[in-house]
Amino acid sequence: MNGIANGRLRGRKRTDLAFRVLATASAAVVLLSLVLILGTILWKSAPALSLSMLTRTPRGGFYLGKEGGILNAIAGSLYLALGATALALLLSLPLALYLNSYKGPASKTAVWTRFFLDVLWGVPSIVYGAFGFVVMLALGLRASLAAGILTVALLEFPIMSRALDEVMRLVPHELMDASASLGATRFESALKVMVRQSAPGIMTGVLLAFGRGIGDAASVLFTAGFTDRVPTSLSSPAATLPLAIFFQLGTPFPEVQQRAYASAAVLTLIILAISLAGRAMSRKATRHVVR
Amino acid sequence: MRLLKDAIGRRAMGLVAGLPGLLVLLIVVGLFLKSRAILGVEPLSHLLFSSAWHPIKGEFGLLPFIAGTVWVTVTALVLAVPVSILTAVYLSEYAPRWVREAAKPVVDLLAGLPSVVYGVWGVLLVVPFVGGVLAPLAGVYSSGYSILAGGIVLAIMTFPTIIHVTLEVFSTVPRSLRDASLSLGATKWETTRHVVLRKGAPGILAASVLGFSRAFGETMAVLMVVGNVPAVPRSLFDPGYPLPALIANNYGEMMSVPRYDAALMAAALVLMAIVLFFNVLARRILVRVEQRVR
Repeated sequence: MNGIANGRLRGRKRTDLAFRVLATASAAVVLLSLVLILGTILWKSAPALSLSMLTRTPRGGFYLGKEGGILNAIAGSLYLALGATALALLLSLPLALYLNSYKGPASKTAVWTRFFLDVLWGVPSIVYGAFGFVVMLALGLRASLAAGILTVALLEFPIMSRALDEVMRLVPHELMDASASLGATRFESALKVMVRQSAPGIMTGVLLAFGRGIGDAASVLFTAGFTDRVPTSLSSPAATLPLAIFFQLGTPFPEVQQRAYASAAVLTLIILAISLAGRAMSRKATRHVVR
Repeated sequence: MRLLKDAIGRRAMGLVAGLPGLLVLLIVVGLFLKSRAILGVEPLSHLLFSSAWHPIKGEFGLLPFIAGTVWVTVTALVLAVPVSILTAVYLSEYAPRWVREAAKPVVDLLAGLPSVVYGVWGVLLVVPFVGGVLAPLAGVYSSGYSILAGGIVLAIMTFPTIIHVTLEVFSTVPRSLRDASLSLGATKWETTRHVVLRKGAPGILAASVLGFSRAFGETMAVLMVVGNVPAVPRSLFDPGYPLPALIANNYGEMMSVPRYDAALMAAALVLMAIVLFFNVLARRILVRVEQRVR
């Protein structure tokens, strides 16, 4: 009797151990994938990484393995992501302020708006690309920096709005009440109290959207065009890093493919830097939140 | 004066609040208008279920592409869902506090890596691995550019989505329920299985559906490793040609062939409709989960 119970207990303990190991192993797989990705990209790119690659534009025959760098793509991507992020912020900030100062968090407007933002978040970037293309044609634009900015801004808008909304939800009610009791209108409280209180969190959200914007390829494929020059105006086409990587990898020349790896490393490093900056900001944010 | 400003501010911001809903509508309507040229000519059933893809001859059957998308996505989910859920179980039930803290940046970074970077990595490591190791093991020939390679890369890309949502769902399961189970002599795993997983089941389903819709629309990374052959795949080692890749690859040349652009827009519309459906489904489940907690 006792023996059977003991045996069963041992079996249960064994199952318990097995699943503990399995769960730990799964987490290890996830960590390992990240390490593998970063490791492979940096390792393979090392031979082709050089300063001249960052500071020069492609020369003649660049895509056949001749001289040049990817400055056109780096500059294009930065312009594009900066413009798109600014535009997205222009839409997201009022939206998040409206939801959190004029409307209660549980109001119908807020619930529905958040729902649609979540839906937009899930829309694939290639669909944004196709839609951006339709809009571009409707507006009579050609593939250009401006059209690219517009499309990427649409892509960033739900990401940024949700991030800003989350931080503004954390602003304590008492703070807004105090502002109101001093005679401030909601508009004034929203601008002067809510924005200031959540400023570091807003920065994190902006950086998150910026990172998403700079890394996205499918949305700019038909809208931003591609060129070997650094874009000089909104109406000129702009090269982007993700597309530069894609095109370089598509050539049959090993030297050019090497450069694709190096370009991927540059993009990865940019993303890493943004992510670290965001992390530093959000640490600051929790320090300033009144509890 | 200040009140006037307030009123203006309120109106202006209220307008912006309508934007998300409007944008969803605009995307659907915009794509629909542009694809009308083909929706009006070809019957929908023919467009969706014919595998004849000869744009020059005016035959636009999307079946190979829809099949390619489904194959890649399902492969990715079969790989990603168990690993992600077990990772979430580990992080929420087993891991010490510092590991949980350290895991957050790892998951965030995986989510933040651009899809081209995943694509390059896939070409460098996953494709040779599938072609040189897995295919010979399975006794078939494959160049490596295959459904399986796409599925593996895509699985890693969907880890963060599923892990993140599942963790959030697990955190809504009250501590006291776990303690009650443990105090009755259940082992940690039994507690996890009968309390945490049972309570979290709808949320886990929602997380998987979200992962599914995320994977369904992924373009660049898959495009780079999946081979892009417009035929219905028959095995994991066959190349495939998913919908997003079709749109991305052909946008340059479509203008010269009649109704080609409309066919591609129809492809985008199909993609949007499917993703929209699954997204709405997942969100509804999640809202219900949240309400139950309150």
